[in-house]
Amino acid sequence: MNAPTRSFSRRLLLSRSAAVAGASSAGLLLPQIVRAQGSKVRVGFMLPYTGTYAQLGVAIENGVRMAIAEKGGKLGGREIEWFKVDDESEPSKGVENANKLVQRDKVDILIGTVHSGVQMGIQKVARDSGVLSIIPNAGVLAATRALCAPNVFRTSFSNSQPTMALGKPMMDKGLKKAVWITWKYAAGDEAFEGFKDSYTKAGGTIVKELGLPFPNVEFQALLTEIASLKPDAVACFFAGAAAAKFMKDYAAAGLQGKIPLYGSGFLTEGVLQAAGPAAEGVYSTLHYADSLDTPRNKQFRTAYAGQFKLQPDVYAVQGYDSGQLLVQGLAAVKGDMSNKAALYKALETTVIDSPRGKWSMSKAHNPVQDIYLRVVEKGDNKVLGVAAKALADSGTGCKL
Amino acid sequence: MDFANFLIQTLNSVQYGLLLFMLAAGLTLIFGIMGVVNLAHGSFYMLGAYLAFSLSSRLGSFTAAILVGTLLSVIFGLVLERLLFRHFYHRDHLDQVLLTFGLIYIFEEARSLLWGDDVHGVAIPPLLSGSITLTENQSYPVYRLFMMGVCVLLAVGLYLLINKTRLGMKIRAGAFNREMTESLGINIKLIHAVVFAIGVALASVAGMIAAPVSSVYPGMGSSVLIMCFVVVVIGGIGSVRGALIAALLVGFVDTFGKVLLPQVAGMLVYMLMAAVLLFKPEGLFKQ
Repeated sequence: MNAPTRSFSRRLLLSRSAAVAGASSAGLLLPQIVRAQGSKVRVGFMLPYTGTYAQLGVAIENGVRMAIAEKGGKLGGREIEWFKVDDESEPSKGVENANKLVQRDKVDILIGTVHSGVQMGIQKVARDSGVLSIIPNAGVLAATRALCAPNVFRTSFSNSQPTMALGKPMMDKGLKKAVWITWKYAAGDEAFEGFKDSYTKAGGTIVKELGLPFPNVEFQALLTEIASLKPDAVACFFAGAAAAKFMKDYAAAGLQGKIPLYGSGFLTEGVLQAAGPAAEGVYSTLHYADSLDTPRNKQFRTAYAGQFKLQPDVYAVQGYDSGQLLVQGLAAVKGDMSNKAALYKALETTVIDSPRGKWSMSKAHNPVQDIYLRVVEKGDNKVLGVAAKALADSGTGCKL
Repeated sequence: MDFANFLIQTLNSVQYGLLLFMLAAGLTLIFGIMGVVNLAHGSFYMLGAYLAFSLSSRLGSFTAAILVGTLLSVIFGLVLERLLFRHFYHRDHLDQVLLTFGLIYIFEEARSLLWGDDVHGVAIPPLLSGSITLTENQSYPVYRLFMMGVCVLLAVGLYLLINKTRLGMKIRAGAFNREMTESLGINIKLIHAVVFAIGVALASVAGMIAAPVSSVYPGMGSSVLIMCFVVVVIGGIGSVRGALIAALLVGFVDTFGKVLLPQVAGMLVYMLMAAVLLFKPEGLFKQ
């Protein structure tokens, strides 16, 4: 008779304690922890550490850590405790992964991510929980437009920002008819929005808009079409290994040198070596260039290369600026993150002295920054000048 | 669209269609003869592409890479047939779907362990690079002509093998009536193993020759598998001739769709499939 009772009560005990543990981990039983100024700031990275974007994730984390280390390794006088989650660039796990950092690790600051689809998951969690969220890459428009939030700040770009600088330099060269080509997915469509806007405003005509599904790289039929359309120029958005392949196929189709190729700067980032001679003469616009000839950029590049035995790229710069933004923002409130109004005010008004040049936040929390025109010469991106000065994203639909 | 452009896009369509045929032929052969639904067929295509990537850099020759790669794929196919597929010929299609769906995950994971998750390019061999000028501003890459040549050769070889050889006769007999064929003293197990290995090799060779034009990347098998199934369904399940016609049809619709109707290009192939199924629910060439 005894045995069943005992096992019953044991099971009861177990389930009760599980419930208590569950409730306490969800923060139901414990009073809100008042984080004193002396306690550590909890900073969480949600970045891709595996998969196609793994290198980007590492570059961003390096940049953040480097910027904070340069200012003594503290934020607003407080020590830092780091947390990391690999988001695998998997949009379907975006919310779950962001919640791991916010609910389980109770981070004060969430830094992430690269992939625009995953960013939408972070955006939801950031808006629901109110945790301070820094976007070090993903350019999805909604994050600083219709779905903008007082606690979300982007330190990189919006997807239509680089291409918004393409129109003028193209028209200045008398290229009046252009074909646009990209992947048919959010980032491609948003990059097109920027190009269309700037090119048609400058007086150009988009003869045709070509697209293929992401991440398909069979460009042959589309390149044939471009050759037969004979436009004055081609503008595009591609990134990563596929971008190298696009430039190679473009050259193989006999179009290199015949029809000038322009693109969002990501076309040539990190793939110049892979593309080889096919990249020669490709024009692109971006908020950074490795060869930017300023003392600030040189100092950054030397320091980064020395510390990580790697050449920094635009992603490292974006991470670095995320770190700088946090350093300056938290210094302004002396590490007191509970004073949200003052903290957000500081983040909104601070000017970042970046390797890309000085920039500040727009009302919708997206960088207002110079976009450079670059051309590939002898395997290097040479800066030709500023294509658009202090360019801001429209921030349409943001009510901040 | 002017005539020259039409001509070149036709070449593009045929080239894509023939590549799809190589994949679909293996898929439909394995189904038609052994009754196995093989969802992992796309993984053999991926295997081929990764083999081409690894072998061409190791051996320093694309031709050698294709030869060694084909041999390795045939061995891989035979081992897989002996260890796994053989035990599923008489099982339900649902069991086969589960098995081969699971294999997709295993192959993806193995690929990740062996080759990592980066995107790789395979260089076109110097002999086949360059293009032929067709019109004043249009040229066609030599490598794509080579791809077409390989596909046509294999298609003809497949046709001769099945229709004109003793082995082909046994294969056809086995597909028609397994018990009767066995009772005539023909080793049907061996024939099945051979057919399976041919199917694997066709997919793998398709992956190898496609590697330079399509890159080598994680998950490349799945997108191609979907197109393969579309081809097999349009052509009629089990029919190699149907697969050829359907693959060319899909090649045309996809290529011209991309150029003429870029907004809806992604859907056109599926619309074609729906239209065919509406009038011919068993595909164009019912076996």
